[in-house]
Amino acid sequence: MREISVREAIRDAMAEEMRRDESVFLMGEEVAEYEGAYKVSQGLLKEFGPERVVDTPITEAGFAGVGVGAAMMGLRPIVEFMTWNFAMQAIDQIVNSAAKTRYMSGGLLGLPIVFRGPNGVASQVAAQHSQDYGAWYAHVPGLKVVAPFDAADAKGLLTAAIRDPDPVVFLEHELLYGESGQVPDGEHVAELGRARVVRPGRDVTLVSWSRGVSLVLDAAAELAEQGIDAEVIDLRSLRPLDRATLLGSVQRTHRIVSVEEGWPSCGVGAEIVATVVAEAFDALDAPPQRVSGADVPMPYAAHLEALALPLSETVVRVAHEVCYTDG
Amino acid sequence: MAVSKPMERGTEDLPALPNLEVRSAASREPKPNGRERTALGQPPEVLLDIHRRMLLLRRMEERIGQLYAMGEIGGFCHLYIGQEAVAVGMERATRPDDPVITAYRCHAHMVVRGAAPEQVIGELLGKARGVSQGKGGSMHMFDPARNFYGGHGIVGAQVPLGTGIAFALKYRKTDRVCVTYFGDGAISQGQVAEAFNMAALWNLPIVYVVENNQYGMGTAVDRASAISELHRRGESFGIPGREVDGMDPVAVEQAGQAALEHARGGQGPMLLEMKTYRYRGHSMSDPALYRSREEVQKVREERDPIARVADVLVQSGVVDADRLKVVDREIRAQVMEAVTAAQAMPDANPAELLSDIYAAGS
Ligand SMILES: Cc1ncc(C[n+]2csc(CCOP(=O)(O)OP(=O)(O)O)c2C)c(N)n1
Ligand SMILES: [Mg+2]
Repeated sequence: MREISVREAIRDAMAEEMRRDESVFLMGEEVAEYEGAYKVSQGLLKEFGPERVVDTPITEAGFAGVGVGAAMMGLRPIVEFMTWNFAMQAIDQIVNSAAKTRYMSGGLLGLPIVFRGPNGVASQVAAQHSQDYGAWYAHVPGLKVVAPFDAADAKGLLTAAIRDPDPVVFLEHELLYGESGQVPDGEHVAELGRARVVRPGRDVTLVSWSRGVSLVLDAAAELAEQGIDAEVIDLRSLRPLDRATLLGSVQRTHRIVSVEEGWPSCGVGAEIVATVVAEAFDALDAPPQRVSGADVPMPYAAHLEALALPLSETVVRVAHEVCYTDG
Repeated sequence: MAVSKPMERGTEDLPALPNLEVRSAASREPKPNGRERTALGQPPEVLLDIHRRMLLLRRMEERIGQLYAMGEIGGFCHLYIGQEAVAVGMERATRPDDPVITAYRCHAHMVVRGAAPEQVIGELLGKARGVSQGKGGSMHMFDPARNFYGGHGIVGAQVPLGTGIAFALKYRKTDRVCVTYFGDGAISQGQVAEAFNMAALWNLPIVYVVENNQYGMGTAVDRASAISELHRRGESFGIPGREVDGMDPVAVEQAGQAALEHARGGQGPMLLEMKTYRYRGHSMSDPALYRSREEVQKVREERDPIARVADVLVQSGVVDADRLKVVDREIRAQVMEAVTAAQAMPDANPAELLSDIYAAGS
């Protein structure tokens, strides 16, 4: 084991896969000479050269499509979006081309491609640069959607994503890039589609992913002091959704709260709650609850922004609600 | 086979634009009174106005940079320092009722349109009386009463919007023209090409202004565009283009006038490429490893639009250097007042978090 940042873990996964498989290459805005707008691709141009680490113009629709075309020929593109906000330019290629081609071709043509970059809120960058696209992509059959929290998962899941035969949307978080964690030495491949119980507990299940996990862990620590033993689940994969792990947890705790940065309406939390209600109704001792970002475009002013974000205090409060206790 | 003309609506029928000399530091020796005036071809009061307006933008942006460093402004903040001649020259060519739209580097465009600096700064400070009530921030400012339509954070997205504004101007049978700004990086976005095609196809009253400041973030133009003459990017749609010295406010104004006349006269879109330069980083955290300090220094010394106009004013005897210092002091005081006024505004109201998502009462 060694301690590295999430940023380094992502870089290492890309570098190791590029060493292992010459069909893997990276393309995107500022990925080569600038080494990534968030410095994620540090050292890659130097090691792999400009044919495999490709700076693109600011043309997301175009280069996402170029990536899909290259994948049709068996290359394994890693397409970096400077942030997922800008992938809105390219969402047609991701959904209509990448996600559906295997199906439309009756299985003749698969697309091994990874779309990755920072997703979610960032500090005070306002409505057009601060939003969570988890639910958007989790909606789409044909995509796998991954959102790691810690460095080990960032590396293990990205490695798995690059090796996966199908398109993977890999949602990183700018506010996690600098966080460090223990990562196994050498090759580390995690399994896509599996949630993880980060903290076992008896009284209530708190489920989140990506940066939400840190909010939820803080909330669990606070709840522990107040006598509530929360189980924390890191979903890691938004599609497929690891229903078995969720349902198993609810069978033990009988209560569940989901936490996400995105908007409440048709969010990932809605899917979690629907799953639990439909498949574990009898196990529930309280209505499942969601904590989410406010139902509003992200405001700029810091004190308004704080009102639009899910906070660990809110998670604590809602956990008390479903436990019928008061904090 | 005859070589066909590159475009249907050629540039030949346009009045020739004056080719202003680029003044270098070396050529700054005193010139006889009047010579520079002929070179810039403008009466003294015009040059004084241009100088004052550009200096206001510069001092305001410098102060905004300081406020950012002090932690009073957050998020992304893109300064306009170095590019002042473009906004000021174009504004002088534009009618107040001509709509303007640009990207996130928008503080200067707001102010030249007539917004009070304190409202712009108030927005950056997250104040209730900032132009967007603290909801938009640096990149998202609008002033529809003064025909300014933003302030947009997604590279290239404002170009179809400007084209739609022009569509509406034609639809309503007005004689107004939309001025749509974008960057050298933005010009490669697919939707820019789509917009160009519609503007030419429907003969829309629009002037596209590409502010070629040589870089899109850390990428130099020739690493992002297959051809570096960006004014030619409209050719395949029959949109005439012009390259303009964007560090010369008079050249900008004259090119702007010609293009606006062209569009106002029903001859359709034009594309102006303003050769300009940004002195500061792309946003506030930019290590600037993609260019040398010497490169920036050289432009500042040889092409700075404010110094250029100041030189002409002094050398032609319109004012002396001391008078310009007084002007600078006045402008600094004006900016300080704006900052003080902005700081005194109440913070954005938390009760407004959920307002303005839909029309009031709906
Ligand atoms: C669609 C989209 N992609 C990427 C970005 C990130 N980004 C912001 S500014 C910028 C560079 C734009 O350069 P240019 O058009 O030359 O304008 P300048 O900043 O030089 O004024 C990039 C890549 C964005 N905001 N929107
Ligand atoms: Mg630029």
